[in-house]
Amino acid sequence: MRALKKEVVIIGGGPAGLEAADSLNKLGHAVTILEKEGKPGGKLSNWHKLFPDNVSADGILKQMVHKISGDIQLITNVKITKISREGTKHSVWFNEGKCIQAEAVLVAVGFDLFNASLKEEYGYGIYDNVITSAELESMFTGQKSLATVTGKTPERIAFIHCVGSRDEKVGFRHCSSMCCVTGVKQAIEIKKRLPAAEVMMFYMDLRMHGRFYEDLYLEAQEKHHIQFIRGRLSESSENPDGSLLLKADDTLAGSPIKVKADLMVLLLGFVPTDFHRKMGEEFGVEIGSDGFFSPCDAHLDTNSVKTNGIFVAGACTGAKSLEYTLADARSASLKIHEFLLQTTSANILN
Amino acid sequence: MNSFGFEIQKDNTIEYDKNDLSLAAFVLRHEPSLYNCIQCGSCSGTCPASAISSYQFRKMQLLMRRGETKHLREDVAHCMLCGKCILVCPRGVNTRNVIRQIRIALNMN
Ligand code: SF4
Ligand code: SF4
Ligand code: SF4
Repeated sequence: MRALKKEVVIIGGGPAGLEAADSLNKLGHAVTILEKEGKPGGKLSNWHKLFPDNVSADGILKQMVHKISGDIQLITNVKITKISREGTKHSVWFNEGKCIQAEAVLVAVGFDLFNASLKEEYGYGIYDNVITSAELESMFTGQKSLATVTGKTPERIAFIHCVGSRDEKVGFRHCSSMCCVTGVKQAIEIKKRLPAAEVMMFYMDLRMHGRFYEDLYLEAQEKHHIQFIRGRLSESSENPDGSLLLKADDTLAGSPIKVKADLMVLLLGFVPTDFHRKMGEEFGVEIGSDGFFSPCDAHLDTNSVKTNGIFVAGACTGAKSLEYTLADARSASLKIHEFLLQTTSANILN
Repeated sequence: MNSFGFEIQKDNTIEYDKNDLSLAAFVLRHEPSLYNCIQCGSCSGTCPASAISSYQFRKMQLLMRRGETKHLREDVAHCMLCGKCILVCPRGVNTRNVIRQIRIALNMN
């Protein structure tokens, strides 16, 4: 067999990008990762523990970053301006005129978290004790303290499901699929830290679909006595003491419910990034009704897009758990490898 | 004689096969967005009429779709057509027109 070493550029140094870089490197290719932040890791860097088994996010990330050495080049603080193609070569332009060429480009840009202030009736950015699931994680990692803005230990904490998901009014109909389990994981963590606190979840459907997720649900009820109220939050308002008044329809009880809470946590949905739009408009990559990339075939070819030489992996094709993101990244690596072998043999035949 | 406190309970079963579904069919035909309701309760949680009466848009239209129409007339009479429910509905149900269609079907206009 002829030696085959090809250049691959990976856009995004989050979990999908890091995993694919490692796989492609082991398959013998020269890999460059372009990361927009100052360090790799993506959203995983801000997370405390992972569902369903409570392993440390930092520990997982360290193992992944550890593999990024040797032949893999990592460029940080990258702002991509353009991608162009000539023949089989792709040019990725970034940071004022810098350019890198590659035979294949893997897009692994992940997702954005929904901007909670767009859901005005929930009061994020208006009432101080309305926080996001991401902010709660930073309380767990110790960057902020687990308290209300006035420094009080919260006695009652309410989690609000589906914020920025399953909501035509904010333009995102899709279920983000990971926020139910995130919320239950976070609720349990709160009860471990503040056993006296009362925790309640306002949900429409609990989508605990992964392996062992249902066990977390049971643990939340059995060990931690977390209350599950089936109804979407209608609105919240602020009491004079800074606590919040939540209004919903307790649909299973069949009556409207009013509840006071010291802290309200919004479980943010996964939404597409600006880069999705850009790739769609400028490079013809197909975008689904949810705004995420649509691969060539939703069953048989989940990592290719119609544009030759461009591949996609991870949560940029829709919300995924870390487990599935990594599996998808390895699958994309194999797909890219096959593609590079094909283009090489085509060149030899020519 | 001892009294054990037994009394005949009112049967609470929805007799779906016996119920008349024609009113629901009429409303759904004139406002098909009602098919998209996910029973989230955003409408009834925010409704000013639900805060002061037992009327709830979510429950009312669900019962209607099961053919349970006994309280429908008094229920929809509570609605002031303020439209708050339309603003919050995550599935874009045209709630106000649903109420309008029910009122038309019941000759309440
Ligand atoms: S996973 Fe749960 S919280 Fe997230 S969008 Fe789906 S139903 Fe809502
Ligand atoms: S329009 Fe009727 S049902 Fe809707 S919020 Fe107003 S009073 Fe309630
Ligand atoms: S807000 Fe819309 S989807 Fe939710 S219960 Fe009311 S009508 Fe149904």
